[in-house]
Amino acid sequence: MSAAGSVGNVTPQRMRFEAPLALRSGASIAGYELVYETYGELDSVRSNAVLVCHALNASHHVAGMYDDDPRSAGWWDNMVGPGKPVDTNRFFVIGVNNLGSCFGSTGPMSVNPATGEPYGPDFPVVTVEDWVHAQARLADALGIERFAAVMGGSLGGMQALAWTTLYPARVAHCVAIATAPKLSTQNIAFNEVARRAIITDPDFHGGRFYSHGVVPARGLQVARMIGHITYLSDDAMAEKFGRALRRTSPEELAAHIAAGGDEVSGAAARSDYRFTFDVEFEIESYLRYQGEKFSRYFDANTYLLITRALDYFDPALAHGGDLAAALAPATADFLVASFTTDWRFAPERSHEIVQALLANRSRVTYAEVDAPHGHDAFLLDDPQYMAVVAAYYDRIQAACSTPTERGA
Amino acid sequence: MKGATYLTDAAAIAATNLIPVDAGPVGSALRPDLAVIGRWIAPGARVLDLGCGDGSLMAWLQAAKGCAGYGVEIDDAAVLSCVRRGVDVVQRNIEAGLGMFGHDQFDVVVLSMAIQATHQTERVLREMSQVGREGIVSFPNFGHWYHAWSILRGRMPVSREMPYEWFNTPNLHLATVLDFEDFLGRLGLVITGRAFLADGKPISWLPSQRATQAIYRFRRSAS
Repeated sequence: MSAAGSVGNVTPQRMRFEAPLALRSGASIAGYELVYETYGELDSVRSNAVLVCHALNASHHVAGMYDDDPRSAGWWDNMVGPGKPVDTNRFFVIGVNNLGSCFGSTGPMSVNPATGEPYGPDFPVVTVEDWVHAQARLADALGIERFAAVMGGSLGGMQALAWTTLYPARVAHCVAIATAPKLSTQNIAFNEVARRAIITDPDFHGGRFYSHGVVPARGLQVARMIGHITYLSDDAMAEKFGRALRRTSPEELAAHIAAGGDEVSGAAARSDYRFTFDVEFEIESYLRYQGEKFSRYFDANTYLLITRALDYFDPALAHGGDLAAALAPATADFLVASFTTDWRFAPERSHEIVQALLANRSRVTYAEVDAPHGHDAFLLDDPQYMAVVAAYYDRIQAACSTPTERGA
Repeated sequence: MKGATYLTDAAAIAATNLIPVDAGPVGSALRPDLAVIGRWIAPGARVLDLGCGDGSLMAWLQAAKGCAGYGVEIDDAAVLSCVRRGVDVVQRNIEAGLGMFGHDQFDVVVLSMAIQATHQTERVLREMSQVGREGIVSFPNFGHWYHAWSILRGRMPVSREMPYEWFNTPNLHLATVLDFEDFLGRLGLVITGRAFLADGKPISWLPSQRATQAIYRFRRSAS
């Protein structure tokens, strides 16, 4: 196999949908737009399409970069590209920004045609299932009747699962990574803390902050800090930061980390406290930096919407809590993967999915990857994880290729 | 005890129609005990292979017999090998319990050359017998004459089936053919087939002493 590379420069595309999309809440939305990117080539029989679903704070920009700038690499650039586990030499990969997100698709920042003002808090509450229906319309428009695979991690994995029951005939394989069949009470609790941080920020203005020329940055920062804690394992955080006292500015530290540097020992730690409530430990500095960065680009109303979509996802609810019954319509083959140190969506949550699929006699492979990074591991380069996904995509390709193409 | 009556001496073994098993060449590169197991499993059966290793048995069953099912394996490299072979595998320690699998979800549950390394051997066998209608176990026969000879010479036995020194062996619960039949009886399981291999070749004479590997199939008793 040739060396793995980047898909190179990519350009987002945009598609408009005039017909109203009925949402699970009973509301509907018409005249919306979805931003998406594609990588690789759709084969002549349209059998090699892979849909990659994004999680809370990611977007359609899955792989590649913009304007030759490697800092603009997509959020799953290590997973998707030529020679990578989802090999764009073989698959036609689609990333789509979900409805209600803030990276170009219609969302709370978009103008509400009814008022001429941004939707803000009036943007309809969207669910995982609504996103899947919107993605299906995009697939229709792109001429993709059936996906070789629908794939996602975390909230993206929930979308992949939902695809298999909402459009069973349109999904050959489902790759659901570090995900859960529903949020735990603790997951919802964390989401609520994040939402309260945003909503109680005086700059939130009931969600109509756009017209005030402000963003609820403090609320977003706290929300992001909480999120970040849940994405990392206790050990990973301890290893990365320990109890080291801050030496560098948050920006320097982040640049140091981005350059692959050793955050803790890069500079000798101070030996005594400053007896202050300002940033003292490196972990505080890191969380503040991440929070501040996030608050500059992420929309507060989108954060509320997407955490709610997470809360609401519970396909078993309509089946008396019976997940196997909920997944019964699925005809796809499944790859389920979890990470041992992920306490946000722990392996036990994946076990629930696997158990339901086993009961349904679905074809399922389950990998429990021993990685130290916590929930974030699904975005990182664990060799076993990457190898399992790559091997599974070999199987996907073998299943989707026509005999003539396989011989080519 | 019922189980103990199955096999009290070599003559009793020779008298039963269950042996020698039809263990002729299977035309595959399967490990000999897996080749026997593969022959025992009916076409189209739903199979659970506990401790499936690289997935070679499941791959053969899928290709040669149209079987479906899953392997269960804890080792990373083995899991990866299964995925590469197109064998569905659930990465899990079988001793963590088989609660993920429902009652009689499978026609056959296989545990090949792994029972001797289990901690809670009794629990594993009980669970096995619950998730499938039939169980198949292969294990190294500790009663092989060479082991006795080795101990008589003052050395712990090291053999092809048990290639470990006393200080690094993963084997915890070694059994002889007679021990294992007692064990199945104690669990209320009925033996429906047995086969013995000596260095990979089927044997029928003096299996208690001559077999290096034993393979048993069993079911829950009807009661």
